Amino acid sequence: MSIAAGKITISTSPFLHGVDTTPRIMWEVTLTLLPVVAAAYYFFGLAALLLIGATIAGCLAAEYLFLPATKRKSALRDGSATLTGLLLALSLPPGFPLWMSFVGGFVAIGMGKMIWGGLGNNVFNPALVGRAFLQAAFPTAITTWSAPDGRYLSLRGTNLALPFFQGHAVDAISSATPLATMKFDHVAAPLMQLLWGNTSGSLGETSAILFILAGLYLLFRKIINWRIVVSIVAMVVAFSGIFWLMDGSRYPSPLFMLLSGGLLLGTVYMATDLVTSPITPRGLWIYGLGIGFLVVLIRTWGGLPEGVMYAILLMNACTPLINRFTKIKPYGHS
Amino acid sequence: MTTSATLSFSHGVHPEYFKHLTDAKPIEQMPFAETYVLPLGQHTGAPSKALVRKGQEVRRGQMIAEPGGFVSVALHAPVDGTVTGIELVEMPNGKMGPAILLRTDPYSTQQLNLTPPTPPEEMDLKTFLISIQSSGLVGLGGAAFPAHVKFSIPEGKTCRYLMLNGAECEPFLTSDHRTMVEHPDAIVDGTAILQHFIRAEKIFIGIEENKPDAIAILTEKFNRSGLPAEVVPLKVKYPQGAEKMLITSIIQREVPSGKLPLDVETLVSNISSIAAMSYWFRQGIPLIERVVTVTGTAIHRPSNLLVPIGTSMQEVVNYCGGLTNDVSRILLGGPMMGMVQKSLNSPVLKGTSGILALTSREVKDLEEYECIRCGKCVDACPMHLNPSLLGLLAKNGLWEEMQDNYVFDCFECGSCSFVCPSGIPLVQSFRVAKGLLREQQAREKAKATAV
Repeated sequence: MSIAAGKITISTSPFLHGVDTTPRIMWEVTLTLLPVVAAAYYFFGLAALLLIGATIAGCLAAEYLFLPATKRKSALRDGSATLTGLLLALSLPPGFPLWMSFVGGFVAIGMGKMIWGGLGNNVFNPALVGRAFLQAAFPTAITTWSAPDGRYLSLRGTNLALPFFQGHAVDAISSATPLATMKFDHVAAPLMQLLWGNTSGSLGETSAILFILAGLYLLFRKIINWRIVVSIVAMVVAFSGIFWLMDGSRYPSPLFMLLSGGLLLGTVYMATDLVTSPITPRGLWIYGLGIGFLVVLIRTWGGLPEGVMYAILLMNACTPLINRFTKIKPYGHS
Repeated sequence: MTTSATLSFSHGVHPEYFKHLTDAKPIEQMPFAETYVLPLGQHTGAPSKALVRKGQEVRRGQMIAEPGGFVSVALHAPVDGTVTGIELVEMPNGKMGPAILLRTDPYSTQQLNLTPPTPPEEMDLKTFLISIQSSGLVGLGGAAFPAHVKFSIPEGKTCRYLMLNGAECEPFLTSDHRTMVEHPDAIVDGTAILQHFIRAEKIFIGIEENKPDAIAILTEKFNRSGLPAEVVPLKVKYPQGAEKMLITSIIQREVPSGKLPLDVETLVSNISSIAAMSYWFRQGIPLIERVVTVTGTAIHRPSNLLVPIGTSMQEVVNYCGGLTNDVSRILLGGPMMGMVQKSLNSPVLKGTSGILALTSREVKDLEEYECIRCGKCVDACPMHLNPSLLGLLAKNGLWEEMQDNYVFDCFECGSCSFVCPSGIPLVQSFRVAKGLLREQQAREKAKATAV
C-alpha cells in the first residue's frame, strides 16, 4: 500500500512560508498611495489622474518592450512598474505636459530598471531616474508650479501640449512652492497649510498628513525599514535645527523642513525602496543619515530649492559600497 | 519563578503554529504491529552492531544490537517476536541502510519483564554513561545524538548550567508538550539523576509560553524537588528551541562559532530524553518506544501516540484514520526542518518526533522572483548571517565566497526561506553549497595525505 502516486511532492524544508510575496508588497505599497492620489485629484483636478495614467503607461510600455531581453517571466505582474509610474507622477507639477510624463515613465523603467537587468538589479530608484531625466530634459516645464484650484474637471493648458511644445499656461497662475518662497524670499508657509496640503507643488508634494499616515502603516507592516525613516528625520531635524536656532529669520524651522516639498514622499516611498537601499542594519543608518544631510545641504546652500531627489540618488549610488563596508557580525564571532 | 519579561534571542520568525490540532490530546498507546523494521544506523555516529540472527526469538526490551563505537548506542527489541532477517531497507533520508526485521509473536501479551540497573546514585560516572549507552538513549528532539556522549564532559570543561529544552518551537509538534504535561515526575526524576553526576550550579527548563499547562506543572514539581531548578517561559518564536538560541535566550551568551555549548559552561538536553532516562534507571525500560505527533490537515485523526520504535509510518498513519485526498506532502519531523518522504515505507525511528501530512493550503508552491534586497532574511536569520548575499553567491556558484561569508555557521533552520517574499530557495541552496564545499575539502585533504 502506498500513497496515491503523483500526488506527493518532493522538496526540502522549510515547507511553510510567510504571507508576504514580492507582488503583494508592491501592490500593498501602491494601495497606500490611493489616498494621496485622491488628495492630488482634490487639489489639482483631472490633470492629476491623467498625469498618473500617462507615467504608468510609459512604465508599462518600457517593461513590456524590454521584457524579452531580460529573459525574465512575470515581470509585469509583480506590480513594480505600476508603483514606479505612480511615484514618478506624484513628483511632477500638475501642469506638466502628458507626453513628457509618458516619456518620463518610459525612461524611468527603461533606463532606471531594465538596462540593469530588471527588478532587483538596479542601483538607482527608477522613479527618481525618470524624474532626474525630466528635470534635465524639460527644466522649465518641471519647475512651473500652479496653485491648487479645486476645479475637479479642469485641466491645465500645458497638460495637453503637443510633443516638443511647452504649451501655454492659459488658465493657471504660476505659483511658487513653499520651498522656493523660503529659499528666495525667506518666507515660510504656515505649517497647517503644509500639513493639509493646499500649497503649490508636485501632485504628491502637498499633503504631509497623508504621507505620515501611510508611512506609519508601512512601518507597522514592516514593509519599509524604520531605520531609514528614523535616520532621515533625525538628521534633517538635527542639521536644520542647528541653523534655525542660530538664525531663525534666515533658516527655516526643522518642522518646515520636514513637512515641505518632497521630503515625506521621498522618505516614505523612495528612500525606502527595498532594491536601492542597503541591506545591513548599520548600512541603513548611514544611508538615511546621508540622505538627511544632503537634503538640508542642497536646500540651504544649493542652487535648487529642493534636494530630496539628488540626495536619494547620491545615496543610492553609495549603497553597494555601504553594503560592502558594513558587514553584519554573525552570531558566535566576537 | 521569573515573572519578568519573557526571554528570547534576536531575529527569528513567526510561522503559524497549528499546535491546536494535537496539543490537548493525551498520549495514546499505539497497538502492536505485526512486523517491525529496526535500522542499525538510526542515531548520529557509528551504526549499532547486530547481536541476533535470523530465526532467533527475542523478548521485548532485549538488546538486539550493541553500540558500534563510542559515538553509538544499543538497540532493543520493541516486542516479543522472531528475527526474520537483517536486510537493507530504505531509510527516511532516502538512503539504504541495514536493519533488523522482526515479526511480532502473536501469542505474546507483550508484558515487560525487565530488571532495572543498579540505582544510579550508587554508580560512578563512567558506569552511569555506559549504562545510558546500553539503554539506547539518544536526543529525542530530532538529531538523535547519543545521550551518553552529550553527558560526557571533557577534561577542563565545566557545566555550570544544565538546560532542559522544552521549547518545541517547530510548528505542529506537541510530543514534548504532552510528555511534560503527562509525565512531569519522570522529568523531575531524570533531572535529579543527571544532576547527581553533572552537579550544575543551576538548572533551567526552557518552555515556550504557548504551553502554560506544561510551565505550571513543571514549575510546581521542580519547586518541590529541592533541585536548583527554574522553569523559564520563553517567547514564542522560531527557532527558539535551537540549542544556540535557547542558550542565548536564557543566559544571554553566544556559543562561539564552531564550538559547543560546554564552551559557555552549558549542557542542553531535550526534555523527553530526560524522562526516558528515568524509565531506564527506575524501571529498566530501554528506548523501545517514543511519543510521536501524527498531525497535519491531511490526517483524519491527528494524535499524540506512544509508538514502538520500528513501526512503519504507514501503520501509524492508518491508525490515525489515514490520509485525506488532498494530501500533498508527507514529512518526518516539523515543517521547518523536517524531511520530506516520498512514501510511508520507512519506520518510525528514535529521532522521529512527528509525522506530518500537509495539503497545498499550508505548503504553497512559490513563484520565484528576483531578490529585491528587502532584507527580511537578514532580520530573520538567528545566526545573524546575510542570506540575501549568500543566495546571490550561491546563484553564481561562488562557493568559496559563501564560506567566507560564514555559510558553515548556518544550521539550516529555514527562517530565511520562510520570510523571502521572492520565494527564493535560500536555505536549500546553502545546503547544496555546504555539501559541495565539504566534498571538495575532503578531496583536497585526501590529495594532501596521498602526497
